[in-house]
Amino acid sequence: MMHYFVGDLGHLFVITSFIAAIASAFSYFRSTGAASLDLKDQWRKNGAVAFYVHATAVLGICVTLFIIIYNHYFEYHYAYSHSDRNLPLHYLISTFWNGQEGSFLLWMFWQAALGLVLIFTNRFWEAPVMTVFGLVQAFLASMILGVVIPGLDFRIGSSPFILLREVMQNAPIFVSNPEFIPNDGTGLNPLLQNYWMVIHPPTLFLGFASTLVPFSFCLAGLWLKKYREWVRPALPWALFGGAVLGLGILMGGYWAYETLNFGGYWNWDPVENGIYVPWLILVASIHTMITYKNSETALKASIILVIAVFVLVLYATFLTRSGVLGDSSVHSFTDLGLSGQLLVYLGFFLFGAIILSIVRWKEIPSSDKEVSTYSREFWIFVGTLVICLMGFQVLLPTSIPAWNKFVGFLGFSSNMAPPADQIYFYTKFQLWFAVAIALLSAVGQFFWWKKMDVRQLGKELLMPFIITLVAFVVILQVMVSFYSSEAINARYLIILFSALFTVIANGKILLSLLKSSPGLSGGAVAHIGVGMMLIGMMFSSGYSKVVSLNNTGLLYSREASEEYNRENLLLFINEPRTMAGYKIEFKGERLEPRWKSGYLNPNDVEFIEDPYRVVAKRDIQYNGRKLFNAKDTIEIFPENKYYEVQLVSQGGGKHTLYPRIQDNPTMGVAASPDIKRDLSKDLYAHIVDLNDPEKAEWSKTEEIKVAALQEFFANDYVAVLEKVERIFSIGNTKLDSADVAVKALIRVKGEYEEYLAEPIFIIRNRMVGRIPDEIKDLGVRLTLMNIHPETGQFSIGIDTRQKDWIVLKAFEKPLINVLWIGTLVLMIGFGIAIVRRSREFKKMKEKGLE
Amino acid sequence: MKKSHILIIVVIAAAVGILVATADDASSYVSFSEAYQLASTGNQKDIHVVGQLKKDGNGNIVGIEPGADKVSFSFIMIDDNGKEQKVSYKEPMPADFTKSEKVVVIGSYSGDTFVASKILLKCPSKYQEEKVNV
Repeated sequence: MMHYFVGDLGHLFVITSFIAAIASAFSYFRSTGAASLDLKDQWRKNGAVAFYVHATAVLGICVTLFIIIYNHYFEYHYAYSHSDRNLPLHYLISTFWNGQEGSFLLWMFWQAALGLVLIFTNRFWEAPVMTVFGLVQAFLASMILGVVIPGLDFRIGSSPFILLREVMQNAPIFVSNPEFIPNDGTGLNPLLQNYWMVIHPPTLFLGFASTLVPFSFCLAGLWLKKYREWVRPALPWALFGGAVLGLGILMGGYWAYETLNFGGYWNWDPVENGIYVPWLILVASIHTMITYKNSETALKASIILVIAVFVLVLYATFLTRSGVLGDSSVHSFTDLGLSGQLLVYLGFFLFGAIILSIVRWKEIPSSDKEVSTYSREFWIFVGTLVICLMGFQVLLPTSIPAWNKFVGFLGFSSNMAPPADQIYFYTKFQLWFAVAIALLSAVGQFFWWKKMDVRQLGKELLMPFIITLVAFVVILQVMVSFYSSEAINARYLIILFSALFTVIANGKILLSLLKSSPGLSGGAVAHIGVGMMLIGMMFSSGYSKVVSLNNTGLLYSREASEEYNRENLLLFINEPRTMAGYKIEFKGERLEPRWKSGYLNPNDVEFIEDPYRVVAKRDIQYNGRKLFNAKDTIEIFPENKYYEVQLVSQGGGKHTLYPRIQDNPTMGVAASPDIKRDLSKDLYAHIVDLNDPEKAEWSKTEEIKVAALQEFFANDYVAVLEKVERIFSIGNTKLDSADVAVKALIRVKGEYEEYLAEPIFIIRNRMVGRIPDEIKDLGVRLTLMNIHPETGQFSIGIDTRQKDWIVLKAFEKPLINVLWIGTLVLMIGFGIAIVRRSREFKKMKEKGLE
Repeated sequence: MKKSHILIIVVIAAAVGILVATADDASSYVSFSEAYQLASTGNQKDIHVVGQLKKDGNGNIVGIEPGADKVSFSFIMIDDNGKEQKVSYKEPMPADFTKSEKVVVIGSYSGDTFVASKILLKCPSKYQEEKVNV
């Protein structure tokens, strides 16, 4: 039965949210411009009510869309194309924002929430700020409006509540049966079935949403001619945005590191660049705003940067969602036909903000004083410029596809393409910017709180410089003992030195601040975090090395490339090799139970018709813990196969890796690494290739005659025929009284454990049938061929194949933990600063100033 | 001259430097014939070629061959000028490869084969999907 009501309700909510947003913007606009206080208040109340309606409608859209996904209403395109019946709840939640419409919705949801917070906390700025909010929300709501303008055949927005049959109008099934509902959806891309995909997008979109707050305050300031006052309420929100957006970006990087197998966390893909640039500019704007608060300079720069951040967020949205990047990004975007609408959205706020700024420019106060080279303002400003250039360098090549489209639109043609080797290209520039920032943030911090001259500065910097030098020399000594002299590259050393310098110089400031006023230490802590991140990046990328070296001296494949033969490790099951100082051994394929953490050995379970369920043959242990009882039916994820690889260090310490292969019939095969995390380095391993059991080549059957309890060899393993017994049912099928079936119990001694094979011999309706049993781990298949009652012997057929194998690639990533810890430190720095600036805001509010 | 003016000049110079460097490092979208000419004149820079997979009359993709080591494969691509070219790729087939309506290969010629170092796919938009899993 089709569920029309929920979709219609959802669509109604979308339209309501769109209209309410416009109504709210209009009312707040009138309130801002109204002359009498009475009128101001009345319009303000109208605006607030309209925004409440809007926020309720947004919540309503989210709830209805989730109902559709949760209840598997596959008559809706969104549920059909992004989910299926077997996804667990947390991935059903991530299905919600897997599609473009859902991610617009997520963005709207956060902005609605932030709007409510502002209405409740900031009466003074409410009307002008919420005017901007209302407009932005109206634009976003229009993206999911899904309304066709009659007569024009022009569709505004793409609705998440569209029915599958409306999308696939030509599909024959819908022509013959419009009420057809598919039984199951096409599922979620296996790579996105990861816990980071449950929290990374909401974090990122909260970051996106929070850039709207400083932007709105800035426009409100320009509008009301309160050029100085907007900075203070905007600053804590800018810090909040910087923290959340930064966290969101890093979660994405961490997801890529854990899930994709390119061995890194950052790929300089246009989608990544699209968020990185606004974040950089946001950080730059935070610096100029702090400068302004302290010294009345850099107000104009703050206005430009705050506007730029929001416009860049819109620009990134345009780039990634309009289909412009179709030829230049590994992320395949489905073009929803929204490019025109996105361009209008971008243009409206870009030109709106520019025009407002130009009109007001002359009135914006600025100081004419020549800045001193020994002032903090000067050095922070230089740092801000470096950050801006850093962003510009990334923005430019990322925009090449948009530039081509633009030139094409003007009637010319441009065939420029982004640089082919993105990682190399971006790194060679960004590296030097990073060095400059590290040095500036080390030196700049000392100007932060007192007047400086050359001598004073020299005195302050001497100690940190000497400590840095000592630390640098010590680390260099360690590096020399680990790496060859060519690997110790001058560029890496410069990064190392400047990053150490910023950590130590800011550390000194932090120490003195902790004694006097710890609340002010946010900047120092954040800069220490940045320095640590640089050190972690330098080592983990610059000194990443392949450790899965082929040390057998044999080629795996003559046709494969030399690199493939050299840098991969071929592991046959239960045959130990050595790698990076470990004894390494492939222990076999494993399955993932759905409701318990742990892994299942396929030898311990019986496969049944339903691919999502298996039955335990015996009690199943995992890490000394009992997971399941014999005969339990266990739900599994059939797409996920893990490959147990055991590492034993020279000291005898054991660690087990479970790299994964996901085989999704519609999405293809994806390999994900598993990582052994040590304090000083990560061992990162993923599967490159493995044997396909369906294409196994079996040897010619060898037939032997054995008596009960007699030993024999099967694929070089000692086997013994324990007994042969009569059985009366096979699986769930009961046999007739006229049928005869016997089961042989053959015990085979493997390298580590004994396996039991139970081939069956059956005579039914005078026909002989044989059900062989395979011991996967040993590459042996045993068949009970015949029974010889006259001699008391049994014929056993032995088939053998090559044993299971995997080809593993493994890297060592030194000091990558310093990067992750550095990001945490950076976040703590942001946190301290947010607390400080919010306290300032509260004080001002209590004084009734805002 | 004020310090701010010096700063502005330095920033503009840096920005122009970035612009020039980007234009210099930028790759380009070309056809297979142009790419072949570039390679034969000794230009080894990676370029982009846009095209489609070769299909037979029934819309089935033809010409995909797995490599000997299973981790590579080759396929036949038709560029926007209609030229057919065998392309080899040293990595496994990307997910959704056969569903793509447009393929971008980044790489260069090695002899008569185009060796791709990266493949980008453009998949059909939802308003063009035709098939339902029944």
